[in-house]
Amino acid sequence: MREVAVVGIGCTQFGEHWSASFRDLFVEAGALALNDAGISGEQIDALYVGNMSAGRFIEQEHIGALIADYAGLASNHTPSTRVEAACASGGLAFRQAAIAVASGMEDVVVAAGVEKMTDVGTGASVDTLAGAADREWEGFAGATFPGLYAMIATDYMHRHSLTREQLAQVAVKNHANGARNPIAQFRQEITIDTVLNSSLVADPLRLFDCSPITDGAAAVVVVPLERAREFTDAPVRMLASAQASDTIALHDRRDISTLDATIAAGRRALKLARLEHADIDLVEVHDCFTIAEICAIEDLGFCAKGEAGRLTEEGVTARDGGLPVNVSGGLKACGHPVGATGIKQICEVVQQIRGEAGRRQVDTEIGMTHNVGGTGATVVVHILGAC
Amino acid sequence: MVSRFWRKIPQRYNLVGTRCETCGRHFYPPRTFCPDCRRGGKIVDHWFTGEGKVTTYTVIRTASNQFEHATPYVLAIVELDEGPRLTAQIVCRPEEARIGMRVRRVFRRIAADGESGVIHYGTKFVPA
Ligand SMILES: [Zn+2]
Repeated sequence: MREVAVVGIGCTQFGEHWSASFRDLFVEAGALALNDAGISGEQIDALYVGNMSAGRFIEQEHIGALIADYAGLASNHTPSTRVEAACASGGLAFRQAAIAVASGMEDVVVAAGVEKMTDVGTGASVDTLAGAADREWEGFAGATFPGLYAMIATDYMHRHSLTREQLAQVAVKNHANGARNPIAQFRQEITIDTVLNSSLVADPLRLFDCSPITDGAAAVVVVPLERAREFTDAPVRMLASAQASDTIALHDRRDISTLDATIAAGRRALKLARLEHADIDLVEVHDCFTIAEICAIEDLGFCAKGEAGRLTEEGVTARDGGLPVNVSGGLKACGHPVGATGIKQICEVVQQIRGEAGRRQVDTEIGMTHNVGGTGATVVVHILGAC
Repeated sequence: MVSRFWRKIPQRYNLVGTRCETCGRHFYPPRTFCPDCRRGGKIVDHWFTGEGKVTTYTVIRTASNQFEHATPYVLAIVELDEGPRLTAQIVCRPEEARIGMRVRRVFRRIAADGESGVIHYGTKFVPA
């Protein structure tokens, strides 16, 4: 198996792009990534595209070919594959690209993610996102996606120590980071009162506990490590790629407020990279809701169950803390175009390792990404490091 | 959309799940393959008593279009006395809901299927 490196990254602005279409978004992200790697389209051997639900959001399927076509690669007949694992589609697309390169089957591969969510109304997007969980046995009963994470929060707060203010601090911290990220959907700082005074969505979660509905795309260029210097002076090496599954429905989990797939993928990634928690300089976790960041920090093993709320309150997970979490602003403030999020996490860690993260720069040699599909039925963890 | 929900009528109207005769584990929602015994499992239908308790819950304030008329409503994970857990609405006031509360199943309208107006029925729970 060959070692794999990232040699180019590109990300659109995240937000509500009323004037940009699905096609406009991925073309922009792809062009940025190719430009960053200094390559042109005909050098691409294959594309892997993470997308959750273009079928429901823009009534378009067959995304792989569409993207190759509008990236100008139809006459090159470049193979292009859509990858779907709900909100983990992007992370999984990156993993598929890495597997293709590591295997020796392909050399220059683009992993991308894209979602155009604002062409439908809120009710329709709530319904589409509920498809990330069990449509027949959760959605049928009236479960929304925030509702499922709210039930995780209720269970967690009943059994562990976590105050409503500590939970709000996750959003406050991620907004403070987003304020320093030029591509973030929300670039204003908020206070704990902003969160506590926002409207209830699904008790105990309020509007500011939830990641927003976002349009956006991101892309990265993956090549064999041995060829990386042909493309850039600052390649970033993939140290581990791990993926795990769990029950599709939250009610079937061993423990409602523990994501066993996060535990499994996190452990496997560290083992593959031969690293310990203390070696990780920063982590981008899947904070689709504030409670999800609390669970992620614990289930990845950075602290014991029940401690992440206190660590957040004490500033350990802040940008200048001992374990910076979601320096990009996370899904909460940077935005969550579901299929693009996993690729954006890779872009953020690569920028941090290269030292190109501007006002949100953290001294980083090794970073981790954690991308979750549904309420934890798919988890993808990657570890990236300087060369 | 219609056949997809009609297919599940016995399970949804009467809380019919399955049971593995090999290991005795109960399944609701029903499974036709036992994750513990795998090919060694023998799956038969099982009529649940419909009694259980609330494991966790929330109050849904923002719903999808199909459920918007019903907000706010209490949604819970209910653990049946036979062991399995399922997601269902609790027919009670939001402030009544609590973890550990005993509930029993009732047959109720769940949602209308948008414009076509097909009404879906199924299981909800009430405080026991
Ligand atoms: Zn069995």
